[in-house]
Amino acid sequence: MNDKSHEPVSRDKTTGAQPGGDGTEQRKSSGINRRAFLGTVATIGGVAMIGSGGLARASEDFSGYPNSYGLLTDLTACVGCRSCEAACNKENGLPKPETPFDDVSVFEKTRRPDAHAYTVVNRYENPKDKSMPIYRKVQCNHCKEPACASACPIHAYSKTPEGAVRYDENLCFGCRYCMIACPFGVPAYDYSSALEPKIVKCTMCYETRVKHGKITACAEACPAGAITFGKRDELIKIARNRIEKNPDKYVDHIYGEHEAGGTNWIYLSGVPFEQVGFPTNVPNKPPIELTKGFLSSVPLVFTIWPALFGMCYAAVRHQDEVCDEKVASQKKKEEGK
Amino acid sequence: MSNEDTATAKQDNFQSWFMDKLLIGMTWPEYLRKLITPFNMVAAAILSVGLPLIVIRFVQGLASVTDASNDYPWGILLGWGLFSGVPLSATGFVMATAYYIFGFKRYHSLVRLGVLTGFLGYLFAVIYLLTDLGRPWRIYFPMAVGFGTASVLFLVAWHVATYLTVQLLEFSPAILEWLKARRVRKWATMITIGMTIAGIILSTLHQSALGAMFLLAPGKMHPLWYSQYLPVFFLSSSIYAALAMVIVVSTLGATFLRDKTDHNFLSNLDPLTIGLGKGAAVGIYVYFALKLIGVAHDDHWNLLNTPYGHWFIVEMLCFVLLPGLIFSLGVKKQSAGIVRLAAFSAVLGIIVNRINVSTIAFNWQLTDHLHHIIPPWKEAMIVLAIFTLHVLIFRWILNRMPVLREHPDYTESH
Repeated sequence: MNDKSHEPVSRDKTTGAQPGGDGTEQRKSSGINRRAFLGTVATIGGVAMIGSGGLARASEDFSGYPNSYGLLTDLTACVGCRSCEAACNKENGLPKPETPFDDVSVFEKTRRPDAHAYTVVNRYENPKDKSMPIYRKVQCNHCKEPACASACPIHAYSKTPEGAVRYDENLCFGCRYCMIACPFGVPAYDYSSALEPKIVKCTMCYETRVKHGKITACAEACPAGAITFGKRDELIKIARNRIEKNPDKYVDHIYGEHEAGGTNWIYLSGVPFEQVGFPTNVPNKPPIELTKGFLSSVPLVFTIWPALFGMCYAAVRHQDEVCDEKVASQKKKEEGK
Repeated sequence: MSNEDTATAKQDNFQSWFMDKLLIGMTWPEYLRKLITPFNMVAAAILSVGLPLIVIRFVQGLASVTDASNDYPWGILLGWGLFSGVPLSATGFVMATAYYIFGFKRYHSLVRLGVLTGFLGYLFAVIYLLTDLGRPWRIYFPMAVGFGTASVLFLVAWHVATYLTVQLLEFSPAILEWLKARRVRKWATMITIGMTIAGIILSTLHQSALGAMFLLAPGKMHPLWYSQYLPVFFLSSSIYAALAMVIVVSTLGATFLRDKTDHNFLSNLDPLTIGLGKGAAVGIYVYFALKLIGVAHDDHWNLLNTPYGHWFIVEMLCFVLLPGLIFSLGVKKQSAGIVRLAAFSAVLGIIVNRINVSTIAFNWQLTDHLHHIIPPWKEAMIVLAIFTLHVLIFRWILNRMPVLREHPDYTESH
């Protein structure tokens, strides 16, 4: 399970990433999907202890699935052609957009992924060279320890060993806590549906491609080589290598290496990340760590409170009895006189 | 006796039961005539607009009535209905604990009112939630279909559902007295202590859990409202919120439903109000100190002199400290009137705080933030309609069941 893979890994779409064989093999070798297993344990605990079962999963150290896949977006390479948006739209059978994908007027506003688009590209002014705007593709970052999954009360989210964060609308009642929790503001909701509203977000083409050994539609469509699909570990090395070789071109930071506990989608940029709309106040520890302390107090309260407050009740009863006895004995004395 | 006679007798029995229980001893024409009051006219007007809007929400989706968006998934339906409604409904747990566990026996006449306020508050918090959920018919999913045990909301869902049941059981003696079910009532009173302790467990956990829900979003909350102490803030403020709310509800009951009270309730109300005010003052000062500790712990003093910092100071001084000082003044002057003023302002302060956390401090860094603060009229109307229903049902129960008064058959059984 811990084997460091040395086989050649995809660099970008031209060298052709082939995630399939490896990913499924690794899944088999892990035996049981770790989360599924712990989830079941937690479920049993949860029914018994009402909530405390979460500890079973939360208290273990989890640094992400080894050999999971990810993507690297190089903002210095992106030309803003929106081919990725178009490819994503087609791949996922999303409705045709109001403005066509070759219409650059959409860049006048900053957009976010919504119910009709898993990914959008935004344009930012380049502080170094105003004639060369910077483009940034936004989509789910597929966190190693996703906040959405920590937030969901029904387990509608799961992290696959291949790296994708999946959402199952059959398990969703629409509380939208995942949208509150996501540090990157990614999940969208189709508020206009009355009967089947659901969360909408990037799937990393898990069902249609990655599971079958193909790379994501956006990475395949990118003509500029701005999106690289591959093993996350390798992508980090590639990114670091690029920074080392071109220290003037890149800021010395791989966004997503550590943010929110690390994401499977990572980024390189030529300008500081906050200038191109990345949230830079995201803590490095996985969000689940933030609620762990609280959740671990739950079984303690269930165990200690009955004894503590039962004792308070007993003390008050005792005092009443003592009082009653005093009154009774006084009465007897008076009667005796 | 012929069959016909028994049939008519039965019908008469039912008629008198119906008149006695549901029409408060009046005939239909009398009852309907009595319903025509200015208050009821206003309520009917609100409902005639609000209820159709709720229907529209379920037929056409949330987008047709709310401005819930991808950036602001939660609006006033939850900010008001759930996050403010739940602390203001801590009344049942606080009053039952004070009376049954800690032995504050003088507060007997307010315990049932506290339990009813709590029960209806939770019931309506769930109704607001059902209106806001994308697929409310799946409300039972966390209990039966998928167990998100690492989620704070999973805990809230379980606890609110369980506690709603607990509070119904706690209030059941009043219902059973009303229905004259003496034997069942005796059974129901036997579980009081167990239910009260269950109420303490569930309440301490889910009141704090509502605060803990926001712990997941440190980057999105304004740092002055985000703190690792959020669960403690929410729990501690819910205690004084409950005391203030009991004062508010008992004041309204004594004013507008005076004929449903008894001498015991009215004659004890002022001294008990002052006593509750004393507790609320202590509660507020504890909460105020905790909030200061929160700012100090994260060393956020420098943020106080920013626009959001100014609003934070307004919240802390005008909506927390000031109600506390008014409580203290009322206690010192032994004036129930001043304590009541403090209680109303403290309740308002709780609402301000919960709206601040859930709406104003959330995603404060987004451009265009605050444009969403004034809800669209349809959403506001829905909230108003649900609130009106809440008041009407509250009144319906107070008019019928022994809450503001003791049932003459059961006075001995304290």
